[in-house]
Amino acid sequence: MDMTQAIILTIMTAATPLLLAAIGELVVERSGVLNLGVEGMMIMGAVAAFAIAQLTGSAGLGALGGLLAGILFSLLFGFLTLTLVANQVATGLALTILGLGLSGMIGEAFIGLPGLKLAAIEIPFLSDIPFFGRLLFAQDPIFYISIIAVIGVNWFLFRSRAGLRLRAIGDSHTSAHALGVNVVRTRYLAVMFGGACAGLAGAHLSIVYTPQWVENMTAGRGWIALALVVFASWRPGRALVGAYLFGAVSIGQLFAQSRGIGIPSQFLSALPYLATIAVLVIISLNRRMTLINTPASLGKPFVPER
Amino acid sequence: MQNKNTETPLLETRGLTKIFGSLRACDGIDLAIAPGEIHALLGENGAGKSTLVKMLFGVLDPSGGEILWKGKPVSIGSPGEARATGVGMVFQHFSLFEALTVAENIALALDGNVAIDRISEEARRLSLEYGLPLDPSAHVADLSVGERQRIEIVRSLLQNPELIILDEPTSVLTPQEADKLFETLAKLKAEGRSVLYISHRLEEVQRICDRATVLRHGRVTGACDPRQETPSSLARMMVGGEVAEISGAGLGEPGDMLVEIKKLSAPSRTPFAVALKDIDLAVRAGEVVAIAGVAGNGQSELFDVLSGEDKVADAEAILIRGKPVGRMGITERRLLGCGFVPEERHGHAAVSEMPLTANLVLSRHSSDRATFLSGGPLGLINTDAVAKACKRICEIMDVRKSGDDPAAGSLSGGNLQKFIVGRELDRKPMVLVVNQPTWGVDAGAASRIRQALIDLAKAGSAVVVISQDLDEVFEIASRIAVINEGQLSVAEPVSTMTRERIGLLMGGFHDGSGQAEVEAAHAH
Repeated sequence: MDMTQAIILTIMTAATPLLLAAIGELVVERSGVLNLGVEGMMIMGAVAAFAIAQLTGSAGLGALGGLLAGILFSLLFGFLTLTLVANQVATGLALTILGLGLSGMIGEAFIGLPGLKLAAIEIPFLSDIPFFGRLLFAQDPIFYISIIAVIGVNWFLFRSRAGLRLRAIGDSHTSAHALGVNVVRTRYLAVMFGGACAGLAGAHLSIVYTPQWVENMTAGRGWIALALVVFASWRPGRALVGAYLFGAVSIGQLFAQSRGIGIPSQFLSALPYLATIAVLVIISLNRRMTLINTPASLGKPFVPER
Repeated sequence: MQNKNTETPLLETRGLTKIFGSLRACDGIDLAIAPGEIHALLGENGAGKSTLVKMLFGVLDPSGGEILWKGKPVSIGSPGEARATGVGMVFQHFSLFEALTVAENIALALDGNVAIDRISEEARRLSLEYGLPLDPSAHVADLSVGERQRIEIVRSLLQNPELIILDEPTSVLTPQEADKLFETLAKLKAEGRSVLYISHRLEEVQRICDRATVLRHGRVTGACDPRQETPSSLARMMVGGEVAEISGAGLGEPGDMLVEIKKLSAPSRTPFAVALKDIDLAVRAGEVVAIAGVAGNGQSELFDVLSGEDKVADAEAILIRGKPVGRMGITERRLLGCGFVPEERHGHAAVSEMPLTANLVLSRHSSDRATFLSGGPLGLINTDAVAKACKRICEIMDVRKSGDDPAAGSLSGGNLQKFIVGRELDRKPMVLVVNQPTWGVDAGAASRIRQALIDLAKAGSAVVVISQDLDEVFEIASRIAVINEGQLSVAEPVSTMTRERIGLLMGGFHDGSGQAEVEAAHAH
């Protein structure tokens, strides 16, 4: 494996959890719900995946456990914001803080233990393609899932009727309700999908990226994923590009640090957020672009008129 | 139809009641709609029409009484259940999705058996079939009120309902479009479907409806065959008294030139907006100039450049009281003595979530700084003065509201519009530009607003009214111009204008058929 291949592979591994968490949140936000608890759901996924892998001896079951932990945690958010109609921003922040604390407590026993790593799956023949084969077809299962998720979500949102309903709810939940779409149920499903993606993204960190448990090991990746959704202007394809861009930046930052290149690493870690602000500015310049790109009912509580 | 009296009604309500707090919005409503009849529901804004139909469509839960469908009691718990029962609805406040395309908006209301790729074609075909041409690939965000309503109508018709409820469907349609809708309704009726038709246009009701139920203050005040009644007898049932006749008498000779538009052109800001081409218009003191036209022909664009929401490259293209204002913003133009009333009440003319007093300050903080603000550069809001002005406006315009200072969004459409127009009139502007002053407003409120506009002109101001309502145009205008594809015809005195001539100008001398319109829609 040559140097270029190695660097690209590192970037892909760094980008996978960002992409997966962002795709999940993208669906949630498309339904008009703003879940700022991505970081919390990710870290719960990470600790659950590590713990279950340890206890069962199977990294695969660990990944599944991470996914389920994400769903459970998102259901807590769903119950508070969709059933009890609590403020979404406050609830999401609380979810993140709770997740960071709770995962630290659960993970206490696992600190320093050598972890299990999810085995890569080499796809026969395809993985033998020169250069690209190793990069694209000899990866861990979560990488494949992240790519399938992008394609699947893109198809779902823009080609399927259920996806159309979901976008309609995100645009105007009152109109969708008037058309007879079940707003709360759809949003629950979207929030759960977001939780599953965030949980699996967390699992990727603790059983693929660095197979060990370290407190706060998500290290702000949940926030990058949130920024990524806006950066992508709520489009899955752009989220893919953004995730790899942000992944490259985070690797570049390590590189710069280790080589002693004169760019402050803080500047590089701030880049994703700066890029997001730039995208927000560009979108807001044009009222029409805002109307067509932004889910208009994002973050607004829905109480059906009775 | 021979055994009409013995037939079980398709839909019947008995003692249907809805209570909001202490308000009985609907109070023991009895209504029966026979199969295959077009039934009118008449009443002023706030009479309980919308509340009633929301209960029939499952959006609101009744507080009492029952609904019978084909003689059997039913409970309609949600719009989905209403549709499953066979009730379709066209809302007054549109239930459209701005970020989605026309085809997607329609697809949301169709059964799952049409492939999503084919919906554009399907939507185009069906919209033509119903005589309401639409461009399926346009985003709703780019469409005018009139075009949005076509989508609403087409969409609910596609649900194939046995009873279709239409809430003020013709308010923004041209006479030709309305005629096509009436043909559609006649077709539906011939198929044995029923229509519940909410309108305040009495001629329309008399023309197409078989029976009418009149509501006032939440109660049924009359049930009749509208063809046996006169417009004034119907109006009496609606408002409980005579509707004031609009009087244009006393509009004297026009005075000084107040607004002058010369060779005004503006490119379209979005691919879907209309470009303004070489517009000339002069409005003098004491005149009401009405600009008629079909929705989406540049009315909003013209309003935006007049109000300063969009600036134009050539400052000299618009002169107000002799000053070039083309590059001035809204506030600067207001300071010159202008007032503006945009088309959308919610989110444009008023912030729905904020109380009336806040909405008053928002539009007049600068032009009436001395009155409403104190503390010099601090600009503190003088709440007493604002509350007083708000009270005065509500009294003069007869704004009916709950509480002293409710949120703008809690007022009914007509009452909010009276407040918004009153807010501008209160400062006696020298120039007033109004876009669709009475859209979705009941007869009583509309006549009050129109009279107020005429009175302003009589007092020596210049008034520009952009309207799609021809009755309104003829009622209030001293001169009439017609806008078509961004071009404005010469404003001619009302005495020499006829409906036929306006119809021709609206179509840009085309035959005005649906096909021509579709082509126009595509061209944008």
